[in-house]
Amino acid sequence: MTSTPAFFISFDSLKILFADLIELLGFGESLGWSAGLLAGISISFLIINVMVMATAFYTWFERRMIGRFQVRRGPNRNGPFGILQPFADVLKLIMKEDTIPDAADKPVFTLAPIALLAPTLMIMIVIPFGTYASDQAFLSNLNIGILFIVGVTSVNSIAIFMAGWGSRNKYAILGSMRGAAMLISYEIPMALGITSVLLLSGSLAMTEIVQSQSVWFILVMPMGFFVFMAASTAEMSRTPFDQIEAESELGSGYNTEYSGIKFAVLFLAEFMAPIVTSAVVTTLFLGGSQGFDFLPGGIWFAIKMFVLIFLLLWVRSTWPRLRIDQIMGFAWKTLFGLGLFNIFLVAVEFMVAVELGQTSDGSLTTEYMLIMAAVNWLVTIIAFVILANFVGKKKYHRPEPTASPLANMGTGGD
Amino acid sequence: MYGLGLFKGLGITMKNLVSPSRQFNIVQYPNKRASPFDLAKVEDQNPISFIVGHPIKTFRSLLGLEVLEDRMPQHANFRGEEFAWYDQRCTGCASCAKYCPLGIIKIVTGTSGVNQQEGQSYDIDVFDIDIGRCMFCGLCVEACPYDALHMGSGFEEGKYRRSDLIINVDQLKAAEKKPSTWFRPQLTNRGHDPIKGSTADWDEVGRHEKPTLEDQGERWAKR
Repeated sequence: MTSTPAFFISFDSLKILFADLIELLGFGESLGWSAGLLAGISISFLIINVMVMATAFYTWFERRMIGRFQVRRGPNRNGPFGILQPFADVLKLIMKEDTIPDAADKPVFTLAPIALLAPTLMIMIVIPFGTYASDQAFLSNLNIGILFIVGVTSVNSIAIFMAGWGSRNKYAILGSMRGAAMLISYEIPMALGITSVLLLSGSLAMTEIVQSQSVWFILVMPMGFFVFMAASTAEMSRTPFDQIEAESELGSGYNTEYSGIKFAVLFLAEFMAPIVTSAVVTTLFLGGSQGFDFLPGGIWFAIKMFVLIFLLLWVRSTWPRLRIDQIMGFAWKTLFGLGLFNIFLVAVEFMVAVELGQTSDGSLTTEYMLIMAAVNWLVTIIAFVILANFVGKKKYHRPEPTASPLANMGTGGD
Repeated sequence: MYGLGLFKGLGITMKNLVSPSRQFNIVQYPNKRASPFDLAKVEDQNPISFIVGHPIKTFRSLLGLEVLEDRMPQHANFRGEEFAWYDQRCTGCASCAKYCPLGIIKIVTGTSGVNQQEGQSYDIDVFDIDIGRCMFCGLCVEACPYDALHMGSGFEEGKYRRSDLIINVDQLKAAEKKPSTWFRPQLTNRGHDPIKGSTADWDEVGRHEKPTLEDQGERWAKR
């Protein structure tokens, strides 16, 4: 708390503020316990509102940018450059009738949007946005921060299955069954990618992961970054892994039966996911709020998040959707193996570092990390080439096309 | 094989994003790109004085950024909604209703009507076309022996209810007659272009004059 600037709002500073206020009003003995509660409520209010507004502008930005990527205009009629489009969308959705199908499982149907939105917001608790104090995250410095993230995000698959099951609609249930299979499969490569980070950082707390990155982990282990990025793209079910809501095959997937404010909440959760994922990836692989001194750490964090969001957008606007068997194959045949290999590689290098005495109180020296980066880039490229040879040469059996009985029109004599 | 095609695709979309020539080629639907001459015409000015007076607008229009709220040109053969139906020609024979593959034309006739083309005809009480289910095949137009029904040229017929999409006989009578030239190319010989707003009267839309017996004989003899 020593170096905290006055404008930096955190749970601890708000708690002290409220405690002082209660003391000042003379309720110090009877209501002293409520300072933490008030601070928690106000900071949750702040976080939820900031995230919802950020998501609203992110939807506008995403539609605008994808329009430009695909040589068309995005939304450009409401306000300057169409910036009021998200508000128009939300107003439209609120004014629509909130229908619930007769055959729906009503409690499940109603709870599903909330169950999808809540974990996404809860991840924001453990993201360290600033570098103001070494032991301080934005809201709370859980010592099992990354484990918390893994645990909370796996609620997603339940929420999507709730939405599909509660709707009692064949397209919804198909989409959510695909979703359950896919999300559970991609949890594993994601966890493997995180494990390799933990091997180097030696801690589960997000702040310590940031501090241990004297060289950014994207440089030290590009393979881990690739595995984690691919798996988290699948986790938030965006193109090229959007089988859950394949518009051209399933109507709209798990949200077919939703309308009105429930649909708005579902889409809020869906569009909040890229922002949150970018924040997690920034913390794990891009050095969090590290940067040069002329800008504060929070700004650096925002810049890195923006770069990652742009990368996700670029991928989404370009690549087509994979088939469901290709998606599962990619998870189990490619990412799973790469993740395991990456852990093996990093573990061996760590052992070698310990033998050579290149560690200082549990973490690696910067020079050794740079050598590791060079070795790992080489190994990654070789592994990708070998894997591409192995996977890309596989020939699928395709039956010869047989002529339709109607296709003999005009072939014989008239 | 090495997944390089994925990066090629990424390169193409990035080129779309950063290349000005691609971005300036986008024109949104109801608009049309405007040249300096078009802008001068809209402002009712001499083109030279417009270019001298509005250098920024001229520069923007040369880049392709200035648009007018005007449609892109469209072909006269377009088969659209807003059917052109001539009650002066229709006898109420219901050929169109019989030929319609979807059965969306409903005709109810009474006795003792009068028709300017054929003289006697049925009296047409009901003539409903459900364009919400129409697939615009045009078989009704081909089937009509008296050339009374024609495809129209419009396409912006959004309604709030499906029942509003059913055109009845009064709407058909009151509608502006802008027949598409898809089934009647000879209409273009008279300079008819429904997109530019020209209408065709009932006595202009027949396929041809009835051939004389001599003409028929000549045609058969040549064959």
